Amino acid sequence: MENMHLKLKIWRQGGKFSKKGEFVTYELDNVSEHMSFLEMLDVLNEKLITQREEPVAFEHDCREGICGTCSMVINGHPHGPNAGTTTCQLHMRFFRDGDTITVEPFRAKSFPVVKDLVVERAAFDRIIQAGGFVSINTGQAQDANAIPVSKESATVAFDAAACIGCGACVAACPNASAMLFVSAKVSHLAMLPQGKVEAKRRALAMVKQMDLEGFGNCSNVTACEAECPKEISVENIARLNREYISAAFVYDEKEEKGGGAG
Amino acid sequence: MALNGKVPAGNLTEKWTKYRASMPLVAPNNKRRLDIIVVGSGLAGAAAAASLGELGYNVKCFTFHDSPRRAHSIAAQGGINAAKNYRNDGDSTYRLFYDTIKGGDYRAREANVYRLAEVSASIIDQAVAQGVPFAREYGGLLDNRSFGGVQVSRTFYARGQTGQQLLIGAYQSLSRQISLGSVEMYNRHEMLDVVLVDGKARGIIARNLLTGELERHAAHAVVLATGGYGNVFYLSTNAMMCNVTAAWRSVRRGALMANPCFTQIHPTCIPVSGDYQSKLTLMSESLRNDGRVWVPKKQEDAAAIRSGHKNALDIPEEDRDYFLERRYPAFGNLVPRDVASRAAKIACDEGLGVAPTGLAVYLDFSAAIERYGRSKAGVMGLHNPEHKKVIELGQNVVEEKYGNLFAMYEKITGENPYVMPMKIYPAVHYTMGGLWVDYNLETNIPGLFAAGECNFSDHGANRLGASALMQGLADGYFVLPYTIGNFLSNDIRTPKFDPNSAEFLQAEADVKGRIDQLMGVQGKQSVESFHRRLGKIMWEKCGMARNAEGLTAARRQIQELREEFYKDVFVPGSATGDYNPELEKALRVADFFEMGELMVVDALNREESCGGHFREEHQTEEGEALRDDANFAYVAAWAYNGWDTDPVLNKEELVFENVELKSRSYK
Repeated sequence: MENMHLKLKIWRQGGKFSKKGEFVTYELDNVSEHMSFLEMLDVLNEKLITQREEPVAFEHDCREGICGTCSMVINGHPHGPNAGTTTCQLHMRFFRDGDTITVEPFRAKSFPVVKDLVVERAAFDRIIQAGGFVSINTGQAQDANAIPVSKESATVAFDAAACIGCGACVAACPNASAMLFVSAKVSHLAMLPQGKVEAKRRALAMVKQMDLEGFGNCSNVTACEAECPKEISVENIARLNREYISAAFVYDEKEEKGGGAG
Repeated sequence: MALNGKVPAGNLTEKWTKYRASMPLVAPNNKRRLDIIVVGSGLAGAAAAASLGELGYNVKCFTFHDSPRRAHSIAAQGGINAAKNYRNDGDSTYRLFYDTIKGGDYRAREANVYRLAEVSASIIDQAVAQGVPFAREYGGLLDNRSFGGVQVSRTFYARGQTGQQLLIGAYQSLSRQISLGSVEMYNRHEMLDVVLVDGKARGIIARNLLTGELERHAAHAVVLATGGYGNVFYLSTNAMMCNVTAAWRSVRRGALMANPCFTQIHPTCIPVSGDYQSKLTLMSESLRNDGRVWVPKKQEDAAAIRSGHKNALDIPEEDRDYFLERRYPAFGNLVPRDVASRAAKIACDEGLGVAPTGLAVYLDFSAAIERYGRSKAGVMGLHNPEHKKVIELGQNVVEEKYGNLFAMYEKITGENPYVMPMKIYPAVHYTMGGLWVDYNLETNIPGLFAAGECNFSDHGANRLGASALMQGLADGYFVLPYTIGNFLSNDIRTPKFDPNSAEFLQAEADVKGRIDQLMGVQGKQSVESFHRRLGKIMWEKCGMARNAEGLTAARRQIQELREEFYKDVFVPGSATGDYNPELEKALRVADFFEMGELMVVDALNREESCGGHFREEHQTEEGEALRDDANFAYVAAWAYNGWDTDPVLNKEELVFENVELKSRSYK
């Protein structure tokens, strides 16, 4: 359909709107079913600019579902109602003429709102900085085929590594827990021999940082998996828990101290 | 200006090894005193920042994204080339070098390309050690596939998300250096000028995008890894925020822009569907391993498809023209991108296009589905399987190989590509041109380096598939960390630079002047509407086919549009104290106008056809590109001194000592 009419209830916060935030309703005509959700918002913004009003701030970049920048809650679902789809890949053919659509930012204490639909997700970066890596320097690697990796392990690692770091899992969780994000990284690296070496240290450090950032606890609601645009499995959380518990018993922080490798 | 590429003497195969062994080094205690700014956190930037941090330099890394993990490298799908010869199919460093030089239509510097091929194998080793989950075989070793323009399988891949996985590898290394304190990360900061002190690059002016504040950052050297300028066309496969500003602001301070007209149009993208369209989506080149490109032979069939009276399945086999297989039997559907794009354009120009706009050709997997289905049935011991069973098995194999791409296609178009052939059309994808750099990746401004897509160095007039990831990571991990020492070894006694010096204050004032000018126009039209109009001029007159008449008209139209922009653009909000994406866009579009004009000037100057640059006046009788090696075997490096004077051409002659210049044939 080429001429849909929509009512958009959009969260506005900061700029000319209140610091606390409020919903503002906009009407939009001539929406084509071939538009992506973000292109529909582009059309709204073009209209607002023409009327010399402030456009809706939202974050976006690649518009092909891989950069993880877009972050909004559409009708109560992070990235909208379609499974396995980011907002930028959601097309208007999934809405009907006359629909009212509610659009809000991701809501979590650890993701403060910057403006309108834009939130700050630097907490995720700090969790990776705490240990979400393999500790090797450039040039130290051996031949890529020196260590065989079973196809099965590589597949499980990849499924976890597909995380785009968008934060939908946090936005979906009633506790605003970041366990799916953290467990995806822990699993990705622990499933590969290259990352296995420091798996325990990594799990402890990342969980510690996650707690410091103020993310909530996991209570097995599994809304994170349901809303994840990359369909990351909660099995990763089970894997993280195993890694964490065994690490907490076995791992001696003192190994870190002393003279190092000299 | 005489341009010196500083290519080391000696045999091609020994240049890099000998040069690396004889370069001046900076001792660890001195590295601690030296500051380096890296702008950009994509493959080249993140790899460089991490590697320089590991070496002991003080690094500041800037990105305009909210996180360094979002750079557009992340969207690369198909793979990364490396001369590992794991397939035992005759690959070698020399063959990768030769394919890249030939693929680039003999317009790249031999020594740079050879070095790229040489370090390619180390990139794969590095990535695997970081935990990049490349595709593997049942034996546990790495898998490969083929890409366009080559006859070996040297492409390593991670499903259709190779760029994402490589970028996350680099991001993790960068994150480790941030945690160790050797790299200081500045998210949501956009570089708006480079600062020169005594003719050398010693810092940048960056705008904090959250607060609008301008910041002065000083260092001993500046590395730009800021990507390509494909978004000058408005519609491209680039991410929405990709822009030329960091590179262009360096040009305005004296850096040279090399071969700006060399842009890559990728043949397999989802076609444009409407005026609201904001970007185009790539379907990976890897699909051409199994997909066959065709249009109907008869115009009336094409017309019936366009009007919805027929579809692809109604066209019998004998009425289909598999035009790549027909024109290029040796490479077939796997010809290089420039060749495949032009062939699709020709078919659509002849009235054979299959979308309502007339601008699309088919990419058909039915033959591959049937072939894989029969093979799978054989493996399962099914004799004389039903056709339906064969198709089902074949679809499963295709799903395993390309499932995420097929799903993406269906999400965007609403059509099922397992049944109905994909519709595709060429779109702007990559820019081979960029800042002129010497063998050290240093621009003509001492201390200013450029890595990855933002330099011009390795791809000549056309880039081969799966080579962008290779070049970004080669520059960032294995070239720049060495070559920057050449410059910095002279600065070990140079104290830190003062960001409050007159040069920094002046540059900041200049940036503020530009912002005030744009905010002050208060006209009627949005930034986006100007960008769309600029893009339309560029696509129509400086796109897949160019001629002198169109280019001359385009230059005038761009100048007129630029004037209108500065008289009638409306940038809402305020410049400081608020997050203002419209102002960010306005600053970028202002620079696209100047870059776009320079591209047109370069395209006019290059009176030959080569790679992605096709001048209609210069073609063979069969419609293939006609190079002019006698007059144009040079790098065109342009100086730009403002609106009132013509850009000035500087030439770096290309010397080919190891390959013979041949007419590029894929027949």
